[in-house]
Amino acid sequence: MPPNSPLLRSRVERSLAGRVPAPFDYHDRSVTDYVSAGIPEIDFLTGGFPRGALTEIFGPPCSGRTSLLISALRTRALQREHCALIDASDAFSPFHAESAGMNLNQLLWVRCHSTHQAFYATDLILHGGGFGLVCLDLSDISREVVRKIPLETWFRFRRAVENTKTILLLLEQECNAKTCASLVLKLAPGPMRGSATESSDRKSEMGDAHFLQSSFTRFFQGMEVHAQVVRSRTKPVATLEFRDHRISVANNSGMNTRETIFTTKFVGNLNFAQGSSL
Amino acid sequence: MAFAAIYVPDFAIQAIVSAEPQLRGRAIALLDGKSPLFTVIAMNESAKHAGIQIGMTASQAAQFCAVEKRHRSGRREEAVHSALLDLCWSVSPRIEDAALDTIVLDLAGMHSCLGSATNIARQLTQRAAELGLKINSAISEQIEVAIHAARGFTGTTIVPLGEESEILAVLPIRVLFPSSGSMETLERWGVRTCGDLAALPVQQLSERLGQEGVRLRALARGEFVRSLIPAEPQALFTEKLELDDAVDHLDSLSFLLGRLLHDLCVRLQNCSLAASAVHLRFALGDAFEKQSLLAGGQPDAESAPEVYERTLRLPVPTHDSRLLLNLLRLHLQSDPPQASIVDISLAAEPSRKRASQKQLFQPNSVDPEKLEWIIARLSKLVGTSNVGAPQTCDTHRPDAFCVNRFRPVNEPQQNRRKGHGNAGQFVENRFHEDHPQTALRMFRPEWPARIIMQREPPARISFRGLHGTISAASGPWRTSGDWWREDAWNLDEWDVYIRFDSVASRSAVTPDADVPDGVYRIYYDHRCRKWYLRGRYD
Repeated sequence: MPPNSPLLRSRVERSLAGRVPAPFDYHDRSVTDYVSAGIPEIDFLTGGFPRGALTEIFGPPCSGRTSLLISALRTRALQREHCALIDASDAFSPFHAESAGMNLNQLLWVRCHSTHQAFYATDLILHGGGFGLVCLDLSDISREVVRKIPLETWFRFRRAVENTKTILLLLEQECNAKTCASLVLKLAPGPMRGSATESSDRKSEMGDAHFLQSSFTRFFQGMEVHAQVVRSRTKPVATLEFRDHRISVANNSGMNTRETIFTTKFVGNLNFAQGSSL
Repeated sequence: MAFAAIYVPDFAIQAIVSAEPQLRGRAIALLDGKSPLFTVIAMNESAKHAGIQIGMTASQAAQFCAVEKRHRSGRREEAVHSALLDLCWSVSPRIEDAALDTIVLDLAGMHSCLGSATNIARQLTQRAAELGLKINSAISEQIEVAIHAARGFTGTTIVPLGEESEILAVLPIRVLFPSSGSMETLERWGVRTCGDLAALPVQQLSERLGQEGVRLRALARGEFVRSLIPAEPQALFTEKLELDDAVDHLDSLSFLLGRLLHDLCVRLQNCSLAASAVHLRFALGDAFEKQSLLAGGQPDAESAPEVYERTLRLPVPTHDSRLLLNLLRLHLQSDPPQASIVDISLAAEPSRKRASQKQLFQPNSVDPEKLEWIIARLSKLVGTSNVGAPQTCDTHRPDAFCVNRFRPVNEPQQNRRKGHGNAGQFVENRFHEDHPQTALRMFRPEWPARIIMQREPPARISFRGLHGTISAASGPWRTSGDWWREDAWNLDEWDVYIRFDSVASRSAVTPDADVPDGVYRIYYDHRCRKWYLRGRYD
């Protein structure tokens, strides 16, 4: 080692002071803190949502994305963390969130009416900091509109939450953040049988929704959701087989694809009059 | 322990003279009352010698040309009184605001830094003279003795301990402020001075004048002892600026506001205080003819207000001038004044600074000051009613909620919430540990739909160019309410599984033509007799 290395190092650190913190320290990006999503199957599948990273959840409508979102919000609120929901379509239902056990006082809800408002609001909230979970809900925004969002936007969002405790969730209909996301989760309605690429057109008569037949009417009980990890920077969990879970490994560029199924429960308003009309 | 009392003779007159030094030495009479019935309420010695009397009308006083007539100014008197208080606080930390023209100072411990009693009195007189006021001062071991001596004697009076009754004996009894009845009685008896009053027997005096007589006798003898009633410093954090030229541009206004806010915040910081609210007041000039850059529209000259007043309330007290300026800017951008500004007045409500101690295992929450800034910007972006914490309303009306102001909550939560206000009915927590609850995504506003019924359950549905078959339906779930109001509701709700027709039958009306099958919530509105889609389960 040259004798003037410490002097050189201190000179470099001084010149980069204020712009690059600790330039000679090694940042192990693989060390990430994970938190529960509120659904045991998802937690087992993914290891939880990573803090300080972007998690992308995509899927078609009626694929369980909002149920997963509500579950994640509730779990964070139980940990006394404040959450922010940027609702690009103003589709959030406070009643259902409260029914799920979420403390709405912990939630900052931004009701947007355009994608421009949604992204600007997300930028503001991420740079303000202090939120445990920030979700940008683009579920009802058409794919053509979201595809036009430049990739640098996702990079900027990811950089904004790096080295923070904030979980950034992105809900949309198809995968757009791509490599910017540390975890990409694909949701689909109903179970998938056979290969992972089989489409969902082999539904039962009721589809993926469970309707319980009684003597005079049917009761909607919930639906099945298929979740698949498309991309994950997390360490792979132990490969185990569980009933109703199916775990397979695909040899494509060394990435693991994993799948699971969870069921959502519908609980209607007990005050409603049930049965046929009077 | 010694007390010093300062008294400003002819206080109202001196208040006017301090603002108009050219009147010093001249005969002055003060008028007060409701127009046009002005009467003389005060005058100095020169005006008294000239023949002015208390109670004269303005027209009568106008006959005395050598006497200057002025209207009484309450604002000026308050300003002089505030200046006197500041003067006394600069000498002693404990003062009593006995009257508008009388202040008592506690001189305990002051001798070591200010010198002897005579020196202190001289300093008070000099400092008052710098304010343009001529005062009488007195120092005594008793508070009331000091007050009476200051009111009765001109210049500086030192009352040694034990000689109070002798020194007060020559003063007229009016310095004791007896009631009008007692004063009349004492004058009838021929009691003119404090010495005469002090010589009266206490028992007979109490029989004729009651306790007031006893009190007056004790005052006249210098035996009335009481404690100092300390005055709290009333700090007014106000900054004002009169503009030579009217301002109609937000950038120029921001520069001026920034300067005023900076001075305001420095004063708050010096007192270890913060602002919990900022009151903004603009005096507006005449509405100008050109388009206002602030208003963004044509101002109406006839209806333009003269004053623009707004209040900015902060959830957390702060003395950050930059934050306050940014919040005011956002405020003005969303609600600009309708005319140019000729006068600016800022007033801050002082409050203790926020002192919070975070818990060891509590996650970091949002910084309240930064949060305020974020919410202000979000409100400007999407509207105030679209940013905040949602809250369900205490009603059975579907999708009834309101958006409240978001305030970080740090209290420990309970895992189970009970009852969300459905008319007092207990609703158990519906969260199931094994299965997450199915969430509904709302369509706001609701989507109109056409339904083809096959007996009871709906069979076919069409909306937004999409057509589908309802292969399973749960319902109808009837709900109605608020029948006594115009916005009453009467609905039949269904949860239906829709299997959409093939792609070929879907039009391009919907932005998302590839809508998968799924469970939707539809309802029939009995009032308008139409079907709507409320949302879809996701």
